[in-house]
Amino acid sequence: MRRNVGFELLRTGVAIAAALVIGFIVTSLVSESPVEAFGYFLKGPFTSIRRFGSFLEAAVPLTFTGLAVSLVFSAGQFNMGAEGQFFIGAVSATAAGILLDLPPVMHTIVCLAAGMIAGAIGGLIPGILKARWNASELVASLMLNYVFLKLGMYLITYHLRDPSAGALVSLPLKETSWLPQFTRNTKLHAGIFVMFLVVFLCYYFLYRTSRGYEARMTGQNISFARYSGVPVLTVMLLIQVLGGAVAGLGGAVEMLGIYRRFQWQTSPGYGFDGVIVAILARNNPLLVPVAAVFLAYLRIGADVMAMYADVSAEMVSIIQAVIILLVTAEAFLAGYRHRLTLKEVKQRASAS
Amino acid sequence: MHPLLKAIFSASFAASILRVTTPILFAALGAVVADLSGVVNIALEGMMLISALTGVIASAFTGSAWIGFLAGVAAGIVVGLVLGYFHLKLRTNVILAGIALNLLASQGTVFLLYAAAHDKGVSSSLPSKVMPEIQVPILKDIPVIGAILGKQNVLTYLSLIAVAVIYLFLYKTSFGLRLRVVGENPDAADSVGISVHKVRFIALAISGALAGMGGVHLSMGYVSWFSRNMTSGRGFIALAAKALGRTHPVGAFFASLLFGFTDALSNYMQSLRVPGEFIQMIPYVVTLVVLAVYSGRQLKSGRFSNE
Amino acid sequence: MRAQAEPQARDPILLMKGITKVYPNGLVANSDVTFEVRKGEIHALVGENGAGKTTLMKVLFGLEKPDEGNIFIKGEEVRITSPNDAIRFGVGMVHQHFMLAPSLTVAENIVLGAEPGKGIWFDRKQAERMCRELGEKYGLPIDPAARIRDVPVGIRQRVEILKALMRGSDILVLDEPTAVLTPQETEELFEALKSLKKMGHTIIFISHKLREVKELSDRVTVMRSGKVVGTSDTSQVTVEEISRMMVGRDVVLRALRPKAADGPSEVRLLVKNVDVVRDGTHVLKDVSLQVRTGEILGVAGVEGNGQVELVEVITGLSSCDKGEIWICGQDATGKSPGEIRDMGLSHIPQDRMVLGVASRASISENLISTRYNKQPVSNGFSLDIKAISKLGQELISRFDIKASSAQQPVGTLSGGNIQKVVIAREFSTGPQVIIANQPTRGIDIGATESAHKYLVEATEIGTAVLLVSADLTEVMSLSNRLIVMYEGQVVAYFDEAQGLDEEEIGLYMLGLKRQEPDEVIASMMGRPVE
Repeated sequence: MRRNVGFELLRTGVAIAAALVIGFIVTSLVSESPVEAFGYFLKGPFTSIRRFGSFLEAAVPLTFTGLAVSLVFSAGQFNMGAEGQFFIGAVSATAAGILLDLPPVMHTIVCLAAGMIAGAIGGLIPGILKARWNASELVASLMLNYVFLKLGMYLITYHLRDPSAGALVSLPLKETSWLPQFTRNTKLHAGIFVMFLVVFLCYYFLYRTSRGYEARMTGQNISFARYSGVPVLTVMLLIQVLGGAVAGLGGAVEMLGIYRRFQWQTSPGYGFDGVIVAILARNNPLLVPVAAVFLAYLRIGADVMAMYADVSAEMVSIIQAVIILLVTAEAFLAGYRHRLTLKEVKQRASAS
Repeated sequence: MHPLLKAIFSASFAASILRVTTPILFAALGAVVADLSGVVNIALEGMMLISALTGVIASAFTGSAWIGFLAGVAAGIVVGLVLGYFHLKLRTNVILAGIALNLLASQGTVFLLYAAAHDKGVSSSLPSKVMPEIQVPILKDIPVIGAILGKQNVLTYLSLIAVAVIYLFLYKTSFGLRLRVVGENPDAADSVGISVHKVRFIALAISGALAGMGGVHLSMGYVSWFSRNMTSGRGFIALAAKALGRTHPVGAFFASLLFGFTDALSNYMQSLRVPGEFIQMIPYVVTLVVLAVYSGRQLKSGRFSNE
Repeated sequence: MRAQAEPQARDPILLMKGITKVYPNGLVANSDVTFEVRKGEIHALVGENGAGKTTLMKVLFGLEKPDEGNIFIKGEEVRITSPNDAIRFGVGMVHQHFMLAPSLTVAENIVLGAEPGKGIWFDRKQAERMCRELGEKYGLPIDPAARIRDVPVGIRQRVEILKALMRGSDILVLDEPTAVLTPQETEELFEALKSLKKMGHTIIFISHKLREVKELSDRVTVMRSGKVVGTSDTSQVTVEEISRMMVGRDVVLRALRPKAADGPSEVRLLVKNVDVVRDGTHVLKDVSLQVRTGEILGVAGVEGNGQVELVEVITGLSSCDKGEIWICGQDATGKSPGEIRDMGLSHIPQDRMVLGVASRASISENLISTRYNKQPVSNGFSLDIKAISKLGQELISRFDIKASSAQQPVGTLSGGNIQKVVIAREFSTGPQVIIANQPTRGIDIGATESAHKYLVEATEIGTAVLLVSADLTEVMSLSNRLIVMYEGQVVAYFDEAQGLDEEEIGLYMLGLKRQEPDEVIASMMGRPVE
């Protein structure tokens, strides 16, 4: 067992190192001064308090989407809907924050609930299609991402737009709905407590409740789960709804804590990054914040690099793709593992 | 008659269906080939995107549309082989590998576009070429059909030919037989010394080539530039078309036509006084509905009936 | 019995020397194995399941890469890294699980990889002609245009043999070829193998049915826990001697059959007029049966004659198109697997790796899969981690599961121990009815004995058992009553399984003989089922 944990750590480390090397090679292909550019990328997040703050801020939405993806992946569902759920969750919270008149704490809670419900609906639709008609949740959730993007932009443009602003942004959210920020320098906000609560709840659900057990067994071997008497269709539906709710809540937290008026023109990509977070965290909710911090580091580093050097921030997608590919590659370093096993067997044989 | 209905029943609308069907059809054929060999290729979206950009850059630098086309197809093949390498050699889960490649394509093309054209949105500053439209001599003079099929982009004709070629390839050649066996029971292929990996690599390369043609059509036929994420889910719609077409090239053709129809319809409706966001939703909503209706029909004869 | 083969004038056609194979999970399948086969002989390779026979043959066929060792064919060292190499050196293999594509025709399956045709085009007619001629030449007739999914198991096996012969194999390996055959089909196979031997082919025959080994083979090699125990002329050893070498001790497979109950007893499982239709054909047709408390009802039959569907329908894994199922007086028709388990049903599935366990999950997680929402494991909402670990410890020791801890992933256990995990789970919930489908397939004699013991013990406390097995000896020695299934129907019923003739059961299994349907129902149910 311990050997396995060690090996997984080693493999993740090597995958990240390999991805960084490839990232550097690509950087040197396009940059006049690759070493300097890559230096910005690696050191960027630590160069000022503001950047360090924004690096931690970015970990918050990534934790939410990472948790959402971890939940659905644990149950073996390839639901890629976190992107759209996060987006529609943010739109719903925006609507609730602008349109409702409520006392302070109450307003925040209602806005968060609005985001959760919208996200949950986003999980419910592919869930029903899968449970009721056995339609691929993968294709359905990808389609739904586009639907939510268009629907959200429609709501913002036609119903929530701030006509006095030059750009396409929504009216500001009422102050009663805001999640308070801690300091002036950074935008770190009270949403971080919500985040840690959700991390704990997700962990408790998956590993300490009967329903969570059902979900994990369904993910490990669906035939076995069905044979054992697990209502697999209900579980598949439930887990997608839960995942959607977590992603939607993430969108809401982001709006109430950071932006306080909707200003995205396109989906911000936290959902797909959530997939990488879940993969790095091996779907374990307790590891999700760690993986999210790492991914946020890559994101902010790339932004700093794009600002000060001649390399665009999209370079980071190459690093991310290589990480997914290598971390999930079962045969990556398997030869090394096999040699370890062989050695151990021989030692055992000679000892007896 | 309502002007919209009138428009729908016109020959020029039918011609536009074929035009917008082309990229989906290419990708759907790619999905069929990969699927029959036993690999779910969700990287089609990324393959199309990479090929679309490669075609534009290559044609801009060489001044030749055809070289651009070949470069785009080659790029699709390379992505197919990369997917094959990770899935087959390193045993990465094929869906996760597909997600990784799609992510790479979606951001990586912007990265490349910036390096090549110093723009993160569109490639209009590059002098890229378009694939020619051609007129078919006799066909173009037949009424109605002539208006639909007589003058189209060369890639649209190629996509129709590809349906027949892929059909013959899969069901009438020795390699097609091997490919289907590899998909149905890889152990059977293994037991007679057919390399499952080799067959799947080839299938992924073909799949990539087809998706590549679809991508080239987008940026060098459908329009004359590359713009970020211009595939907007067509690779995923192609997967739905493959499922709807029962993983058969001819079935995939008809399914692609259905999606092409909704695509063309939403293009036509842009002129109406309906918010654009709603119209742009149509193809995705239709895909969702079709997915449900079709899968439901399959389920009745399937085994998951109770609970 | 001598542990060494006698020196002979004839050269070995095949020599595998010092083969060691360790699987990624640390299982040592072959340890310094040396195996030698002479030209033109039928060489039996015997051993318990898990002894390493199949792994050794997979190494020979290039499907597994050995960690150490060399292979010599016709005196020359060869490197076999893929089935292609093996085929090139004249080795052909008929696997336990057939390597065929069901939707393709017999001919397409046989010529696969060496397709006739012009250029890239495949010539179907030519392929069919070639296959027909090949079948006639070797006395293995087939219909080349038939689809594999439509032909019986015996024919599929023939197709596998022809596949090897078409590629010019002179060393033919058959991995437990008789496991899925009726006695009559087995006879036909043996005739064909003997005539192949006369034509100069060398045959390696893997089996653990020692009577067949005695009847067919010239020499026999015995393996035990990854090592070769010895090789000998078959005529020089007795069945008992081979058996002792296989397990390392004397074994007597006793018939443990529960005592038949006196007089009428409560019916625990009732199946009434069940039909199941798949793709337009009846896979189950008007099936009725009942199992009473304290007895074992055996279901004999060649695999693929509706047994799988019968078990699926009873356990709720699929639904029936007509008919009723009652468990302990409750209507179970169309209920979900969970609801049916709540009525008191346990199920030992045929394929334990697919249905029986989640191999990456721990032993204790696998043990609670049927009671994860019940006391004491759960209060209905949250799990009681302490209770789970206690239950795990308890079942591991009670059912003698060999594991380092309850946290060990099930997939790292041996086949027999995985089956013990399944049995421990299914027997420890106090079931009223147990459906045991091939409960001892692929596990060693020790584990088989204990599985049989648990089944009989369960009947002693009143449990009703439905035992489905393709191993005729197993059903005949354990059951009180017996039915035979053929093409989805119950074609025979025997009120007393003791003292039946295997040959006769074989005739029913093949569909050559059948009892009147009304008679079957009348004698099983006591009166006609309406």
